[in-house]
Formats: sequence, structure tokens, C-alpha cells
Amino acid sequence: MMRPFLSFTLAALLASSAALAAESEALPPPDLEWSFEGPLGLYDRDAMRRGLKIYREVCASCHSIGLLRYRDLRALGYTESEVKEIAGQYEVPAGPDPAGNTVDASGNLLTRPATPADAFVAPFANANAAKAANNGKVPPDLSLIAKSRISGPDYLVALLTGYGEPPAGTELAPGASYNLYFPGHQIAMPPPLSPGQVQYEDGPEATVAQMSTDVSHFLMWAAEPKLEERKNLGLKVMGYLAVLFVLMIAVKRRVWRDVH
Amino acid sequence: MTAHNPASPPFRNPVIRWVDYRLPVFTFMRDHLGDYQTPKNLSYMWNFGSLAGIALVVMILTGIFLAMHYQPNVNGAFASVERIMRDVNYGWLIRYLHMNGASMFFLVVYLHTFRGLYYGSYKAPREVLWMLGVLILFTMMPTAFLGYVLVWGQQSFWAATVITSMVTAVPFVGEPIVEWLWGGFAVDNPTLNRFFALHYLMPFVIVGIIAIHLWALHMHRSNNPTGVEPKGPEDTIAFHPYFTVKDLLGVAAFLIVYLGFVFFAPNFFTEPDNYIPADPLVTPHQIVPEWYLLPFYTVLRAIPHKLTGVIAMVAAIAILFLMPWLDRSPVKSARFRPLYRMFFWIFLLDCLILGYLGAQTAEEPYVTAGQIATFYYFAHFLIIVPAVSRFEKTKPVPESISVDVAAREGRRPRRGVGTKKKEEVA
Ligand code: HEC
Ligand code: HEM
Repeated sequence: MMRPFLSFTLAALLASSAALAAESEALPPPDLEWSFEGPLGLYDRDAMRRGLKIYREVCASCHSIGLLRYRDLRALGYTESEVKEIAGQYEVPAGPDPAGNTVDASGNLLTRPATPADAFVAPFANANAAKAANNGKVPPDLSLIAKSRISGPDYLVALLTGYGEPPAGTELAPGASYNLYFPGHQIAMPPPLSPGQVQYEDGPEATVAQMSTDVSHFLMWAAEPKLEERKNLGLKVMGYLAVLFVLMIAVKRRVWRDVH
Repeated sequence: MTAHNPASPPFRNPVIRWVDYRLPVFTFMRDHLGDYQTPKNLSYMWNFGSLAGIALVVMILTGIFLAMHYQPNVNGAFASVERIMRDVNYGWLIRYLHMNGASMFFLVVYLHTFRGLYYGSYKAPREVLWMLGVLILFTMMPTAFLGYVLVWGQQSFWAATVITSMVTAVPFVGEPIVEWLWGGFAVDNPTLNRFFALHYLMPFVIVGIIAIHLWALHMHRSNNPTGVEPKGPEDTIAFHPYFTVKDLLGVAAFLIVYLGFVFFAPNFFTEPDNYIPADPLVTPHQIVPEWYLLPFYTVLRAIPHKLTGVIAMVAAIAILFLMPWLDRSPVKSARFRPLYRMFFWIFLLDCLILGYLGAQTAEEPYVTAGQIATFYYFAHFLIIVPAVSRFEKTKPVPESISVDVAAREGRRPRRGVGTKKKEEVA
């Protein structure tokens, strides 16, 4: 019973079918400049705050970002009370009350406002609910999306700005949109951004390109929150190693001076 | 092991003398780390052994700290790795050290092995030493593979599925064996649990093999760039301080490279989609092993017949065991073997090509190229090396290490400098 299945998996996997590769030929995303690139590059707090706003007001209606907790937003420069305020706008299951009930008189889950220690609240209760609401595709969790795609942040911007009319003769599946950068070009996510969709309090105009860049900046931080800590420590360590290396060369020369 | 050097003076510190009389650890250290006589002409290619040892220690230390926070459970594994990255103090550092440490470990071990192939370090009387090295390589590969599965990302899961499914190629009993390996009918929670147990165990097996590897090393000591065995005290110097210092210089250089990746490009060696949690229902676009396994992956895929492919892949490593007997040339070092030297570099290139092809999709021209490169790989061992060793006209070999060193420095050999220095130190 298992044998045909196994042989099939092995054959299919080893072959990594050429057809699949050809079908999903997507354009390579344009190479953009980011403040966090390079050994010294750090995040841009303003861009991340604008990106958070876009995530909360647009993407969050479909995508979860479950590895983030509200308290992590301190890294974006929010104060403790601001974080509390943001968290308080979401409701999470409250767990059993003193009487041991987890549901109210009409059978709904008891809830309480979220605290900074809670994870970001997900838009759907489970994958099936997410699928049912989105043309049969689950919107992926965005916590690691910037690290789980090749040239992550560049790809995200390309994807969000890459919607267009399908070339003549292309049949789109029901509910799908045409996207230049998505593998296979047919994506179940309708174009999420339109010009002026969010109200930026200050800073740049809310063009689709600007919003895409900001939300991608935010998503990169969400995927790699320790980037700044890492590079800061890295610079110190490399400085130390450079000195150690030069000293070791000198010591080695001295010790080996009389060996012939 | 080397006999205690009766000429070395007794220890001056009475406590050390007391302990050493009962348990000669200090004598052991002096004989094997201090006075231990080493060819004086070793190049920097001889640094990779100590670097491999350091890499292994780093892997074990970081691994133990990871294991304190890791959950070997299909529902919690991926999230626990991310918790290490985000919430554990310096967890990101520990995890990136472990992740990139595996690449560095393979890098130095591969350089160490090619060094051996170039200088004929596998030849008598070092055959057993060489074979223990190949055994270490053999053990490292499943260890790293098991570790990669623990992350439980998309590549982890599908690599586990592909690699374990290879066992079904074994006639008749393949299928029961693979189900036994999985602990079920697919890669699942029992698989992850046992992979964690084995991933924790195998590095300590490697430690054991390394101990024996070093035992064999200290029996006949290091080979050297001339391939000529030391003839007298003028050819060798004490391990300490000469090679302790030189090895530490190597460590400093190694750390710059290793930590350069850890701090500034920690995801350089990984597949991005291993940051997607494992999903048995979604096959990734391409399943690629880590870079250090790519050449063997190409060998596996080059052969259309499943069982033969698996055998070829194992044979690709196992054939190294036979190197001492495939190469009959009495001259060790490729420095004096022009023909072997040329084929050595072609072979190295072939290995790099095999690695490159391992990362490509299974379509033309990669498939044919993979088959040619695989054929050449085996031809190198089975045809070229034996033939070259028979027909090659080698260049004259220097009379001794010190004669060679002097000739290269353009002067007449000195006598006994190494011994003098050793006495000064002791
Ligand atoms: C109406 C619901 C909806 C909204 C709003 C939405 N998405 Fe999506 N998104 C989806 C769905 C559904 C998919 C899965 C598409 C597929 O697999 O075809 C998806 C997929 C994605 C992907 C994965 C593409 C890939 O390479 O697999 C990214 C990245 C993404 N969305 C980013 C965003 C961002 C950023 C926003 C906010 C600006 C956003 N989405 C808003 C529904 C949505
Ligand atoms: C020969 C030495 C070792 C090698 C080559 C090795 C290799 C690896 C590799 C390649 C990974 C996947 C890394 C990633 O992609 O994140 C990994 C993960 C892991 N290893 Fe090891 N390892 C070694 C020793 C150890 C030891 C001794 C332990 C435990 C005591 C350990 C515990 C772990 C754990 C818990 C993980 C999963 C967490 C993670 O991926 O970060 N390892 N190992």
C-alpha cells in the first residue's frame, strides 16, 4: 500500500519537476535600497511605524503576525503606555472566570482586552475560516515572510506593487488577481493597497509604492527583530578579533623567529 | 602512544609531581601538547584539524544551550526555535552560531580532507588515521541532516521525507525499515523525537572517533608538505610554543570568517523557505540539502535507478577509505607528483561542479552534466589514481625536511636548531 506512494513521492521530489519550474517563472524583484542593509545598516523607526499602521489597518484583516507580541512594539519607539493603549484595542479569549466559565450566557467566548504580553491577535479563528474567506487560500502568517522569500523585502514591495492586467488570453481563476512577481502570476490576494488608503499623520504621501516600502520595512523588522542588537555586538566583536589577529601574527612571528 | 621522554626533567611543582606520580596527566600533556615533536615545515594547511576540533566544541556547547529551550514536538518545534531567536537571552546568537557553525565545521573538514589528498597523508603508516577521518566525515553528515530536520521548517520536513524514503530502495525489507525509522507511516512526531535524540547523541560519537583519530595521529605524527618523514631532531620542533601559537593564529582568522557570517550574514547558507513552518500538504518548489551535502545529492540524482543511486551516494564517501590502496605511488606529496597534482585540481573542480549541480533543478543540461561529473568522480579514484601512481614519473624527493627547508630558503641546512629550542622551552 505504501510502496507506490513512496516511490511516487521520491520520484516527484527528486525530479522537482521542470514543468512546475517553468510554469511559475516570475520576474525577479527590482533591487531596492534599504536602511537596514550592509554591516552598519539599521532600521528606520519612522518607516516601521508607518508600516505598522498599514499592517494594522490593511493587512491585519486577512493576515496574522503571530510571533509578535504587543510589547515588542517598544522597539519601534512607542512608550509603555502607548503599547498598552494599542494592545487594549484588541480582544483576546479571557479564559475561565472565577466561576469556571469560559463562555457567557449566550455561548460566546469570554474575552478581555489584550495586554502588552499578548501575541498579536489573528483575524481568523483557524485556517479553515481563513481559507473560506479568501478564495480557498490561507493568507500566510506574516511574522517571517520577509525572511522566507528570496530577497525578502524587495520581493514584498514588488509583490504589493506588481498587480496589473493579465496578458490577453490568460484565464484567471475565480477570485484570483494577476501579479507579475507572484510565482505562477495568479494570486488569491486582491490588490491590498490603493493610493491614499491610510492617513499618514506626517511624512510622505501615501502612494502605493510608499505604503508598500513602509510595510515591507516593518515586516523585515518583524522577521528579524534582533538585527540591530546583532550588528552592534558584531562590530565590537570584529574590532576585538581584528586586534587579536594582528597581535597573534606578531606573536607567531616572534616565537618562530629562530626556526629554520 | 609515544613513550615518556626520559630526558625531560621532573616537574618542579610538588603538587604536580604528587598527582603526576599517581595519575600521569601532566606527563601526558607534556608529551602530547608540550614537547610533542612536530615537523617544522607544516604550512597553514595544517591548521584545519585544530579548527575542526574547535568547531565541534562550539557545536556541542551551543547545541546544549539550544536543547534547553527546544521542543521536539511537531506542534512546538518551529515556534520554539523562533522563541529562542526572540525571547531567550542571546538566543539569536546561540542559534546563529549553531546554524553557521555547521557550515564552518564542514568547510574546515573538507579543507582538511583535501589537504590530506594533496599531500598523500593517507599513505603508510597513516592508513588507519585516514580511515578514522573518513569515518568522522561519514558521521558528521547524518548529524547535520538530523539537526536540519529539528527546525521543522518546510525544507526540514521535506528533506527528511526524501532522505528517509531512500531506504525504501532496499529490496524486500526497505519499506518495513522506513516505517520503523519513521515510527509510523510518514515523517511525523515520533520521527522528530528520535531525530532529536540521535542529533544529541551523534556529536559525542564523533568526539569518541576524534579521540581515536588523535591517538593514531600521535603514533606516527603529522605528515608534512614534503611527504618525507622526519629523519632526526633537526627536522622537528616542539608543539608548544610553536604550534600552539600558530594554531591560535588560525583560530583568530577562523573566528573572523565564522563570526562575520554570524553577525552580518547569518542566513547566507540557508534556504529561505525553511522559515516557513513544515506543512505535509504543500511540497516546496525545490528540495535542496545544505550546501555541504550538495555534491552527494548530485551523485544520488545522477543515477536513474533508485537503489543504485543510493549505493553510489554512499560509495562516493566510502571510496575514500580505499585511497591508501588505490594510490600505489611511493611518493606522498603532490609537490613531487606533477601528474597527480594536475588530476588533484581537476578532481577538486569536479567536486565543486557536483556541488553546483546539486542546487539545480532536475532538467537538461544539468542532468547529463551531473552524470558526467559523477562518472568522473568515480573514475578519479578507480582509474586515474591507480594509473597515475603506476606510470607517473615523479620529481626527486628531498633528502630530509631540513634539507628541503634550507633549499627553499637558499642556504645550507643547519643542524639541531629545533632541539636547541626545545631544551630552552622545557
Ligand atoms: C483580503 C485579504 C487580504 C489582505 C487585506 C491582504 N492579503 Fe496578503 N494574502 C491574502 C491571500 C488570500 C494570500 C494567499 C495568496 C495565494 O496563495 O494565492 C495572501 C498572500 C500574501 C503574501 C504571500 C505571497 C507569497 O509569496 O506567497 C504576502 C507577502 C502578502 N499576502 C502580504 C500582504 C500585505 C503586506 C498586506 C497588507 C498591505 C496584505 N497581504 C493584505 C489575502 C490578503
Ligand atoms: C557535530 C556537531 C553538530 C552539528 C554538525 C549540528 C548541526 C545542526 C544543524 C545543521 C542544525 C540546523 C540549524 C538551523 O538551520 O537552524 C542543528 C540544529 C539543532 N541542533 Fe545541532 N549540530 C551539532 C551538535 C549538536 C549538539 C551536541 C546538540 C545538543 C546537545 C545540538 C542541538 C541542536 C538543536 C536543539 C537544534 C534545533 C534548533 C535550531 O535549529 O537552532 N546540536 N544542528
